[in-house]
Amino acid sequence: MATRLLQIRRAPLWAVLAGAALAALVLGTLAAVTFRAGGLTGLRETDLAAIRFTLWQAALSALISCALAIPVARALHRRRFAGRGLLISLLGAPFILPVIVAVFGLIAVFGRRGLVNAALAPFGIDPISIYGAQGVIIAHVFFNLPLATRMILHGWEAIPAERFRLAATLCFGPAEVTRHLERPMQRSVLPGAFLAIFLVCLTSFAVALTLGGGPRATTVELAIYQAFRFDFDMGRAASIALVQVAISVAALLIAARATLPSSFGAGHDRRATPIPQLSGGAERVAFDTLAILLAAVFLLLPIGAVFARGLPALADLPEMIWPATLTSLVIALASTVITLAIALPLALAATRQRWAEIAAMLPMTASSLVMGTGAFLIARPFVNPTDLALPMVLLTNAALSVPFATRILMPEIRTLQTDYDRLAASLGLSGFARLRLLTVPRLARPLGFSAGLAAAFSMGDLGVITLFSDGQTRTLPLALFQLMGSYRMDQAAGAASLLLILTFALFWALDRAGHYADPR
Amino acid sequence: MKTHLMLAGALSLIATMAAAEDKPVLTVYAPDYFTSEWGPGPAIEKGFEATCDCDLKFVAGDVLPRILLEGDKTQADIAIGLNTDVTAKARATGLFAPHNEDTSDLTMPVKWDDPIFLPFDWSELAFVYDKTKLKNPPASFQDLLDAPDDAYKIVIEDPRSSVAGLSLLLWVKDIYGDKAEEAWTKIAPKVLTVTPGWSEAYGMFTDGEADMVLSYVTSPAYHIMAEDDDSKVAAIFPEGHYFTPELVAQLKTSKHPELAQKFLDYVLSPDFQGMIATANWSFPAKLPHDQLPEVFRNLPMPDKTLYLGETEAEKLRGPALDEWQRAFSK
Repeated sequence: MATRLLQIRRAPLWAVLAGAALAALVLGTLAAVTFRAGGLTGLRETDLAAIRFTLWQAALSALISCALAIPVARALHRRRFAGRGLLISLLGAPFILPVIVAVFGLIAVFGRRGLVNAALAPFGIDPISIYGAQGVIIAHVFFNLPLATRMILHGWEAIPAERFRLAATLCFGPAEVTRHLERPMQRSVLPGAFLAIFLVCLTSFAVALTLGGGPRATTVELAIYQAFRFDFDMGRAASIALVQVAISVAALLIAARATLPSSFGAGHDRRATPIPQLSGGAERVAFDTLAILLAAVFLLLPIGAVFARGLPALADLPEMIWPATLTSLVIALASTVITLAIALPLALAATRQRWAEIAAMLPMTASSLVMGTGAFLIARPFVNPTDLALPMVLLTNAALSVPFATRILMPEIRTLQTDYDRLAASLGLSGFARLRLLTVPRLARPLGFSAGLAAAFSMGDLGVITLFSDGQTRTLPLALFQLMGSYRMDQAAGAASLLLILTFALFWALDRAGHYADPR
Repeated sequence: MKTHLMLAGALSLIATMAAAEDKPVLTVYAPDYFTSEWGPGPAIEKGFEATCDCDLKFVAGDVLPRILLEGDKTQADIAIGLNTDVTAKARATGLFAPHNEDTSDLTMPVKWDDPIFLPFDWSELAFVYDKTKLKNPPASFQDLLDAPDDAYKIVIEDPRSSVAGLSLLLWVKDIYGDKAEEAWTKIAPKVLTVTPGWSEAYGMFTDGEADMVLSYVTSPAYHIMAEDDDSKVAAIFPEGHYFTPELVAQLKTSKHPELAQKFLDYVLSPDFQGMIATANWSFPAKLPHDQLPEVFRNLPMPDKTLYLGETEAEKLRGPALDEWQRAFSK
């Protein structure tokens, strides 16, 4: 205990502050709701069923996403082709789409009247149905395969080129590469990827509801919503939210135990070009090509469908779309800055101190409904909550991106610390100078990727904190939803295309900026 | 330089505060869809401000949850866009004051004598389909139950998150009573999926993914008037259709009770009632039939209207939800 306290005291002030802010946002709000409700209320049978279904679908979604991501990341790592960089960025698109837009894309491809069933019909094959548990999992894999692929690909890129050269010198074939390079890399990356996806799927609401086909696919988040809005039972909402936090923290501890630090050592930053001998013969080329093609079709077709549906309406968007777009862009950029200001210090501390990692992952465990209500209850005695509309949107958007940014940064920070801590210490490099000369340049890639994700998330966010809404500021996703809510489905599709273009452009620009800033 | 800017900012802030103080502000809590430029909000704001010498301010968001959390310290003078699913809860808070309006001459199929919640528009639930695509639409609710499982695919809203979905539960309960669960087991195979809200469901219908959608008898009016498309029609059932009014009420804690009352008067005025049909795609609560837009006058309407009062609905919704969940688990 004493050593643990000492650790916290030695932790950088910035990381402690960031962790405290997240804890207040997630646990403080939960406590406020519990307090207001006058205590926790017992769970119902239907709540337990929701918890079981949620755990099952989240674990399965995470497992399938990771399993499929391994061959795709490997293929992208050892093959070079024109447009590879663009394809890698494009493959990230599903992850950053607003949920409802992506669901409509999936329906356009896998739905009753979708492309797949249209293609199967002439062969007399029975139509497939996307509605049900399978639909929930397909959708979750669609959303999260890109994240898993990117995290594993980052893992590959973090292996110094010298190791591959050495492997070639030692006459390794693909099998030996797998054993000596790929597996150890995966042990450091996969548990984190699995955990991140598991947690995303744990708090799923709209996807599970729309594609679940009915009340059998009730998730924890819907149970919370029901307790709040249908039964007006805040105590029960708080109980379910508490179970959700407990499950998430347990998952986090298990994943942390399963993670092994990679130990490839520092390299000379040579550009890693794939070595043909290690990449295997024609058979493996065919396999890799197939993996890339299938992933591209699966991930890009639904996005193409959304885009094509909305394109004709782009010219005919109402005036008010433009101020809403500007608002969204400003919010996205501001919350990106906040995300990095919270995530970087936490990630730097998290490789050595478990509490920092847990703090960074907390926002993922939170129910947005509980968070919004709790924050409202806390703020109201002091200020008019509508005055806090903008800060709250910024803070919650940023907080929701922090877990991803931290996850992406952590493996590379571990490597950075193993490779350069001693050198930096012997040079007396510390504080801001270390940040400027060592940390930020070495982490440029994951920082750029994280910034891209944070901006995209914020861009697509529907403004979960509706309790704080002042009725004046309108974001692009809210405008989209208002269009849908007033029968204007074509214009809504146009707004979705616009959102798609802007979100992707932001993501791409920040992600690329990270690549260019990388000294390697 | 910085201090100058701050000073200028502070001065302009004081200036705007002073300007705002000239006129009393009437704060109206409304749902999100209400205040968009395609909702009725902007026209209401303009219309009322022209008569009241005040500043009407909409606060859009979750109307009742917010008032429940704020209690008697709420900023709201008026809450608009409430549905019947929350009136029991809202009434129990004691936060709302009587509307003091004469409801004896409302133009609704249901007699209204609630002293607190005042309807400003209404519609009735209906399954909407595309007549150019669906050749075998149900002629009655029973017909819908008895149709083969693959006759058509319907998308409905979840009763736990959508008022339309909850009203459907009550609709089925009202027709089938003790046999409601049995009815749901017959409907379930025809339900393509259940969405969180109306927007997703209606979007799936207009995209052609679902053959029918749970919406309102007034939905076809939008397609006819705004899109010149008369292919979307509501299936009219002889068993009767469930009534769905939208309500407005004033808060007891209002700092401008006279202004709030004036707003309720305005809600029933010809000015407000005359624009609601095309602003909210529903029937105005108080407008003679011959003053409705032609399309609304000609909409096919059910002969019978079903409506469970607040007490009855409140009592039934818990058991009805359990039945619904059981039927879908089979």
